[in-house]
Formats: sequence, C-alpha cells, structure tokens
Amino acid sequence: MLTISGSPTPCSRSLRARRVLLAFALLLPLCLLLAICNGTVSIGIAETLSAIITFASGGEPSQATVIIGQIRLPRALLAALVGAVLASTGAATQGLFRNPLADPSLIGVTAGASLGASLAIVTAGGSVGGYLGFSLVSVGAFLGGLLTVVLVYRMAQSANGTSVATMLLAGIAVTALAGSIGSLLEYHASNDMLRRISLWRMGGLDGANYPRLLIAGIICTAVLLALPRFAPALNALLLGESEARHLGIDVDRVKWGLITWVAVGVGASVALAGTIAFVGLVVPHIVRLLTGPDHRTLIPACALAGASLLLVADTLARTVMAPSELPVGVVTALIGVPFFISLLRRRYQYGMQ
Amino acid sequence: MLLSLNSAYAAPWGQDLLHDINLQLEPGQILGVLGPNGAGKTSLLNLLCGSTSLSRGAYLFGDRPMYEWPILQRARAQAVLPQHSSLNFPYTVEEVVLLGRTPHDSGSAIDAQVVNAVLDATDTQSLRERLYTQLSGGEKQRVQLARVFAQVWRTQDAAQRLLLLDEPTSALDLSHQKLIMHSVRTLADQGCAVVIIVHDFNLAARYTDLCLVLQDGRQRAMGTPTKIFTPDMFREVFAVDVTVSKHPKLDIPLVIQ
Repeated sequence: MLTISGSPTPCSRSLRARRVLLAFALLLPLCLLLAICNGTVSIGIAETLSAIITFASGGEPSQATVIIGQIRLPRALLAALVGAVLASTGAATQGLFRNPLADPSLIGVTAGASLGASLAIVTAGGSVGGYLGFSLVSVGAFLGGLLTVVLVYRMAQSANGTSVATMLLAGIAVTALAGSIGSLLEYHASNDMLRRISLWRMGGLDGANYPRLLIAGIICTAVLLALPRFAPALNALLLGESEARHLGIDVDRVKWGLITWVAVGVGASVALAGTIAFVGLVVPHIVRLLTGPDHRTLIPACALAGASLLLVADTLARTVMAPSELPVGVVTALIGVPFFISLLRRRYQYGMQ
Repeated sequence: MLLSLNSAYAAPWGQDLLHDINLQLEPGQILGVLGPNGAGKTSLLNLLCGSTSLSRGAYLFGDRPMYEWPILQRARAQAVLPQHSSLNFPYTVEEVVLLGRTPHDSGSAIDAQVVNAVLDATDTQSLRERLYTQLSGGEKQRVQLARVFAQVWRTQDAAQRLLLLDEPTSALDLSHQKLIMHSVRTLADQGCAVVIIVHDFNLAARYTDLCLVLQDGRQRAMGTPTKIFTPDMFREVFAVDVTVSKHPKLDIPLVIQ
C-alpha cells in the first residue's frame, strides 16, 4: 500500500482556476484605464497615458493632466483598493461562517461604522477638517466598525471557544441596535445633517485625494496581504470546525485573526467610501462559480474581480447622469441585486446547497 | 504502547459521561467500540482525539500526556472521521481528499501519490472530478474516509499513528463495507492503530483485534471478540437474545439473532 502506484492526474479545476486568476489580472488594468479615460470630459487612451506620465514626472500641467492626475487617478485607485478589500473580505467571511450567503456586514461592521459616522455628523456637525484628509466622519466610522466587531466577538465567546452561530446572531442583534440608535440620532438631527447622513450612507468615492489614498493604500495592502495566509485554514474550515481542528488548524486563532482583518479592512473602506452594497456578497459568488471554493485562488481572484467591478461601477456612477453623479453604492446594488437573485435561482446547478 | 487510558473519567457537560475507562492499544491493533445508543461511544472517541478533556485519570498518547501534544503534531498523528459531515461547498472529490494532507508538508508530488492510493483504497477513483455536494450518502462517506486515510497513510509522516472512525460503514453497501474494512486492516498492518465504532457484531468479530463494550458510560467488557461475545453479554448489555456460534470458515464467533 505504501509503494504507491499510478501517476497523479493533473487536476483540471486547479488549472482552470489559475487561468481565471490570470484573466482577472489582465482585466484589472483595462478597467483602471476605462475609469481614468471616462468621465464628464472624455479623454482618449493615448492622451490619458501621456497625461499620467506627465503627472508622475511632474511635467508642465495641461488641463487633461490636472483632471487625470488630481481627480481621476486617486479616485480610480481608491475604488480599486476598496473593491479589492470588500470582495476578498467577503470571500473570507463566507468561508469562516461556512455560509455562502454571509457578508462582512453580518458581523456588524457596516452598521457600526454607519452609526459612528452618524454620531460624528450629529455631534460635530461633520466638520470637513481633520487630519491628513481623514475627516471626523471617517474616523467615527472606522472606530464604530471596529468597536462593533469587538462587541460581537466578545458576545460569542464562551469557555468552549467562539461560536460562529452565536457570532452571526450577535451580529444581527448589534446591527439592529446600531440601526435604531442611528434612527434616534436622525430624529434629533437637523435637515442639513439628515441629508449628509443619508448621502454618506449611499457611499461615494468623490472625496478621493492623495492623503486619503495613502492611508487607504497602507491599510488595504496590509489586509490584502494578510488574508491569503488564512487560505489553507479556510479550506479546512469548510469541512467543519472540529474537522479543521483535527487537521491541525488552531481554529480560535484563525477566527480571531480573520475577524480582525475583516473588521479593519471593511471598517477602513466604509470610512473612506461609505457603505458599498453587494460587492462583498456577489463577487465571491461569481468567482467561486469559476474557480471552485479553494481559497488559495478564490481570495486573490476576488480581490482582482472586486477591484474591477467597483471601477466599472464608479465609472458608471460618474458618467450615466453626467455632470451630476450617482452614489456608487446605489450603482453596485442596482447591478448586484438582479445578478444575485439570478444566482440564487441557479444555485443547485453548480452544486451549492 | 501507542495509547493508554487509566481510570479515565470525562464530563464534557458537567456530569460524568464516561466512568473509569481503562484501555491500552498497541500500534497495528484495531479496537472495536460497541454499545447501545447513548452508551458513550462517541464520547470515548472525543476523549481519544483530545476534543474533550479528562475530568479524572490519565491519558498517554505515545510517550506524553494527550494534553501536551501541540495541535499540529497531533493532527499529523491522528485522523478522525466524525459520524456526520456538514460540508456544503462545491469542492471536487479530489480537493476534499487532498484536505487530509493539510497538516503535512510532504510536498505536492507525494500528496498526489497519497491521494491516488486512498482513492483506490475507497473505490472513489471514478468520482475524482465530481462535486462532493452532488454525491450520494454512501459516496460521501467513502470520500470522507479517503480524506482521513490520506491524513495517516504514510508511515514516514508520524512515529505514532491513530485512526478514529465513528460508524464508518453506516451508509455503505456490503461490498464497500468489505472493501473499507479491508483497507483499514491493511493500514493497521502498516503500524497504524485504529479505533472504530461499529454496530455490526459480525463486522467487529471479523475485523477487530479487540472489542470494548460500553454501557451507560461504563466499560462492561474488554477483550478479543472470541472471549467477550457471549449470549449473556448480549442479553445484559444489548437486551437481545442471540446465538453465538462459530464462523463456518474462519476462527471467529458468528452472532445470529
């Protein structure tokens, strides 16, 4: 038995998964270019490329250079980072909860961040100031998101470890609580504050600038580098928690690590771009259809696909009703919901139960 | 000695579920665990794999107490097949089996060879590219068996190897039961110890070296099937009247209802 015979056959699916990864890697620069070329003023590809080079080398600024360098480039890069983080944290959350319908907002990050932002707007009048381009609203949202997750995690902790089911229920409870406190705040808010709260909630990348991009870049890169390291553990976790433990995975450490990175990533993206619906839910689904559930390819492929999707959605948000702009969260929900419903109806065809 | 339990008690929910269990297992032995429903068979398995801890007594695995084993080293030495599996993501069969190699860093070439061998040992080679979620109950059970086989397959992977199986043949047809038990026997002959929960007395008589009979969390009988399979034991523990005769071809007892 230990003299093993037969040659291993190449796994056709892992080969396909690698091709899908490559395809998404090629798609992303195209989407980036599309996002930079299009807008209220359309700029040709050749002119766009030369404007980027001029801007990067600090050459003489033309009108195109200013539009692209100061406005579109930081915004496109921010969209790509936020999209990548939302989609890959979505994939990680679905794996951790062993539930293909999970999404980072389930553990309360989004609701907590919304409450944090509302609180900042109502108490401080949402002053535009702040440090390094981080307005008080962003800081409030980031802290709100993190605090909620800590709360949810602590609620689910017991002597026997952390129960994922309890965490889910606690997430729902905390989301409801944050929602009602938010409503209470809105009840006492002035008309101006109300409008700012609701606009913030719809999400938008219009505040993009280089200081913001720098902060987003640092946080999102850390998250994007950290998540793939959990891939083997997530693969084992899909079998069940005790099975993963029998495979040598320190399940509680993995849970804590993943929850922390998801909270940091989603908290930062909500703080910088508001709540952007459905990227974290739908992108992992599409990608899993193509690559299978192996997280070693799923997570990087989700990051690439999420970045591309948010770039396209933001381009649509800027151009469909130009010169006025739609909130990008509205666009992703408009694209995402019908797609998601059609996926739900086809689930059994690709072996999801 | 691969493992030894000395007057072990376990109380995972506060009340003693296992009382005074004493058992020794050598490498290469297959231990059958028998008992009526709720007798503590799965609790014993949970104790052996370290999922629940002792409330009293001692448990040595290899040369160390069980609780001193780091989680990764334990996973290299022990594989556990639970009664039920909750996997509902569309992995292919090959991917599920490959997960059994997670604790080892033997490299993809060796892992692929092990996967190939365990697919043969469980007759799942033809299911290789199929999605796990679309398999029948018996096929799923064989795939999960292939996964735990892969975890303890190679002698080089760990000095001690223990395979814990909770009703591994409950969904299998007769010929697959035979195939799986044959594979378990071969694995044991390579030095892996096996603890297997079974309800079929004749399967236990045919394939195990030792049997442990549990009732209400207590050890009622322990020894070779020939020694402990008596009509009195079946009446007292299982509340059934049976005839125990000799197998017409083999030197083992045959239990007839």
